[in-house]
Amino acid sequence: MFKYSLHAAVMAMAMLFTQAAMAQNAVPMPEQSAAMAASAPRDPALRPVFDQFGGKPGLVTLMDDFMVNLMADARTRPYFADTDREHIKLELVDQFCVILDGPCTYTGKDMERVHRNLGINRAAFNALVEDLQKAMDKNKVPFRAQNKLLAKLAPMHPVVITK
Amino acid sequence: MQRHRNGRTAWLIGLVLSGCLISSMAMAGDAAGSDSAPAFSNKLLLTGGVSQVEGSAGGGLTPWAVIGGYGTSDEIGANAFITHINLPDYHVNEAGAMVGLYNRVEVSFAQQRFDTEQVGAALGLGRGFTFKQNIIGVKVRLAGDAVLDQDSWMPQISIGVQHKKNNQAAVLAFVGAKSDQGTDYYVSATKLFLSQSLLVNATVRFTKANQIGILGFGGDKNNSYKPEFEGSVAYLLSRNWAVGAEYRQKPNNLGIAKEDDWYDAFVAWAPTKHVSLTLAYADLGNIVIKDHQRGLYASVQVGF
Repeated sequence: MFKYSLHAAVMAMAMLFTQAAMAQNAVPMPEQSAAMAASAPRDPALRPVFDQFGGKPGLVTLMDDFMVNLMADARTRPYFADTDREHIKLELVDQFCVILDGPCTYTGKDMERVHRNLGINRAAFNALVEDLQKAMDKNKVPFRAQNKLLAKLAPMHPVVITK
Repeated sequence: MQRHRNGRTAWLIGLVLSGCLISSMAMAGDAAGSDSAPAFSNKLLLTGGVSQVEGSAGGGLTPWAVIGGYGTSDEIGANAFITHINLPDYHVNEAGAMVGLYNRVEVSFAQQRFDTEQVGAALGLGRGFTFKQNIIGVKVRLAGDAVLDQDSWMPQISIGVQHKKNNQAAVLAFVGAKSDQGTDYYVSATKLFLSQSLLVNATVRFTKANQIGILGFGGDKNNSYKPEFEGSVAYLLSRNWAVGAEYRQKPNNLGIAKEDDWYDAFVAWAPTKHVSLTLAYADLGNIVIKDHQRGLYASVQVGF
């Protein structure tokens, strides 16, 4: 139906670009800045969002539901099964609280070191985001407020997704 | 005529019902399977776009830089879709499928059937004369991540081709088109502004197509490639719902009829990753002897 030569040219072009793009991906990631690797920075503009999350008590409840989701999800459970989940929840509360300009301090490990050897891929990362979204829905966090938090978390992907 | 209209209404209702049925099945499947790890479909909801009018992942009218299907860089995703466009003097039925490979390459196929209804009779072609066009598309993601790169302005950038072959060579030659087949080349940039819940896409397409190829390629007024701009804006209302608008600039190659730019306003619903339903009000302007071709665009996509 289609001219064979054109078809072949299109496929050849696609393959050429794929290889070029993959080569580009193979270039090692630049070192993340220390500030970003530790966690996402405080953003005073997000204080209203902190209130939409129900303040620190809201974050504590959210993290309980989030961890339940993570453990119920076969894509994420392996990364949390043998961990101190209560401790992780406390650290996440502090971390989210700081990002949203709440009255907290993040004293946990830096995110690069925590995730370095976990071999997390994009699929597992997205699964975690889904589990967080479901927990935020359950806690009636408005969708726009959810996205404002996720927009601050997303830039950490280069240190979290290592596979 | 009345019977014809009823048939189309029934078709539309059927489309919507089948979408609902598939989505409820998919939701049941999700509920049952939420504990098992799916090997596919690990992108976030609606971030793969839907199937645009030529079968590539995008909005309704224009391709986006996203790779279709819900596969991530380790996965393969696939979609199939049917679309119906109901205009005052014409209607379009189309179907197609796409495969997304490792969030890098997308290969798509679509067939459009453009039914001229009474206009076909008026032009001496016969009532219900139908142009059939096959489109094969390839898209490659070059750089960026529309969803994750939230700390920079860098969009996701892809390039693509859509090769189109129309089955009515004789009629196309008669209206002044220079060819019954042609290839569009495009570059798309797509960015999700997550803090604003806003997705923005810009596409530049190099094309000779008349009415996206339904009236052939090139013409008496112009027979060279011209860059045309296409844009989409989508506002995410929730994980499952998005509303937006699109614009598609088009060339004007034929002396016999002017060609207008296209617009639409859409609402997209993705109850699960396995199904999405898109409804749009599209303004396709003048098509041959008929002005003001505005109507309903409905599309159902299923995938894994």
